Amino acid sequence: MQGLFASPVAQKAWNTTLFVVMLFFLLNVLAVIAVVVVNSLGQRWFGGWLPDGFTLRWYSTAWAEFQLSAILVVTAQVAGAVVFLSLLVGVPAAYVMARLRFRGKGLVLLLFLLPLLVPPVTYGIPLATVLYQMGLGGTIWGVILANLVPAAPFVVLVMTPFVEQIDGKLEDAARVFGAGTLTIFRRILVPLLLPGMLSAGLLVLMRTLSMFELTFLTAGADSQTLVVALYYAVFAAGVRAPQSTDAMAVVYMATTLIWLLLALRFVDPTQMVGRVKAQRA
Amino acid sequence: MSSTFPPAAAVAPPRPKIAHDARAAGRDLRPLLVLPGLAVVLGLFCYPFIYGLILSFEPLEGGPFANYIAFFTNSRLYGTIGTTLWLSLPITIVNVGLALPVAYALRKPSSSQRIITTILVVPITLGTVLAAEGLLSYLSPNGWMNRALLDIGLISEPIRLLHKPAAVIISLVITGFPFAFLMMLSYVTGIDPTLARAAATLGAPPHRQFMRIYLPLLAPGIAITFALCFVQAFAVFPSAVMLGAPAGPTRVISLAAYEAAFEQYDYSLASAIAIIMGIVQLAVVGAVLGLRNFAYRGPAASGKG
Repeated sequence: MQGLFASPVAQKAWNTTLFVVMLFFLLNVLAVIAVVVVNSLGQRWFGGWLPDGFTLRWYSTAWAEFQLSAILVVTAQVAGAVVFLSLLVGVPAAYVMARLRFRGKGLVLLLFLLPLLVPPVTYGIPLATVLYQMGLGGTIWGVILANLVPAAPFVVLVMTPFVEQIDGKLEDAARVFGAGTLTIFRRILVPLLLPGMLSAGLLVLMRTLSMFELTFLTAGADSQTLVVALYYAVFAAGVRAPQSTDAMAVVYMATTLIWLLLALRFVDPTQMVGRVKAQRA
Repeated sequence: MSSTFPPAAAVAPPRPKIAHDARAAGRDLRPLLVLPGLAVVLGLFCYPFIYGLILSFEPLEGGPFANYIAFFTNSRLYGTIGTTLWLSLPITIVNVGLALPVAYALRKPSSSQRIITTILVVPITLGTVLAAEGLLSYLSPNGWMNRALLDIGLISEPIRLLHKPAAVIISLVITGFPFAFLMMLSYVTGIDPTLARAAATLGAPPHRQFMRIYLPLLAPGIAITFALCFVQAFAVFPSAVMLGAPAGPTRVISLAAYEAAFEQYDYSLASAIAIIMGIVQLAVVGAVLGLRNFAYRGPAASGKG
């Protein structure tokens, strides 16, 4: 057995197998995405590899049928508010987690990790119950608050190493010259943390755009984001042409992937899954 | 929120470190900066959980345990645990089992590593709803997959995968494998490659370098990746409704909780189901992490071996 694995031929065969499996997987992923794009552009597609002809009219149909302009406005409002608020509460918390020692720090870290480890559906249902009791369920504020639950801790975890990289002597020097914490934040930390805040903001933006469960559980008819509207469109299939649903799916893909393209210039892809490496218990 | 800082301490040269010491600074209010972030977690995560837990013991009718009794005596409800485990556990093993060798093979920075990670980040970014929408066309009897299999001659008539557990399983691979891969890659690349090189100079062939150097160091990473992937797969919701048969074979536990809350408006029962869902997740995660502690105790987890 040992000799079998050690031989160079076996090594090569193993690597080739991995390569073929990976290629097969990537091809399928690309095909699943491509089929949505092709269908949204097709006139009629009953059989065959491609539709009978190509058209852009499904996009105007989808725009009118699904009131995409209104949905896009809501999506932008929710995503913008979640990014802003999560940075606002997350960056100061990350500063504390990176710089200070205090009693109960381990517990605080656990509290920041839990919302990232527990899947949204599990806490989304009690959360939606509470939000509906407070009268916030079904409103855009309920959607924003629900999306803050994973977003704010995510910012804390992404920003902590960025704060750690900044030399503490800079703050000491500013303090010697009489700067208060607020001034230090405004004049020293925030300018130096801008690259990190950009990465964290982009990651939160993408996660919010594709966050289905929490938005689905808390949104009302006029506070749906694009991904929830897409789900309802598929759910109520049969009423409308599938191409028009796919046109909406392409609009959703475009709004998400633009940010991904931008983010990939700043962020390592492994950061998107939220590295939990540093927080080993 | 500005902290008053004794100027004498900052000027005194012998102890410059004092600025870092919160207690020496007297009234250092900087720890308070954690409060807004903590308030979000406490108010929107912990409070609803506790509220839900209490609510689950206050059923619409019956004694305090009526919801839990109802859950475990109704096969439409308790059956969802088995259904969801049956969907999520095997697929998590497959995803993590595939992700480990692929991530290991791609551990050195290269153009193929960059291309593959970039492509794999796309399904994660797009999410389960879009993957399900794509699969609805892709797996359909007239879809590209059946067409390709027919043209190759592997099948003589289209195979029907939609609205069966198979389609849900495929969607769990499409979104779950990239997640497992990126997590594993971040763990594999975090291990110092000089360790394996040192083993190589001592005569260890590649498979022994993997078994004796990488695998013990990766054990915590594998356990955490498995736990996170499982928890996500166990919470499968949109694709089970869109691609599966939500009335029967893919009636997952999150769907049961959703129906209780938003179709029967029984928030008490819905909370009980959500709590049970959390407990099952916790049990499996605890088993996995416990298993890894049992198997590899000691300093193997430190990267400085």
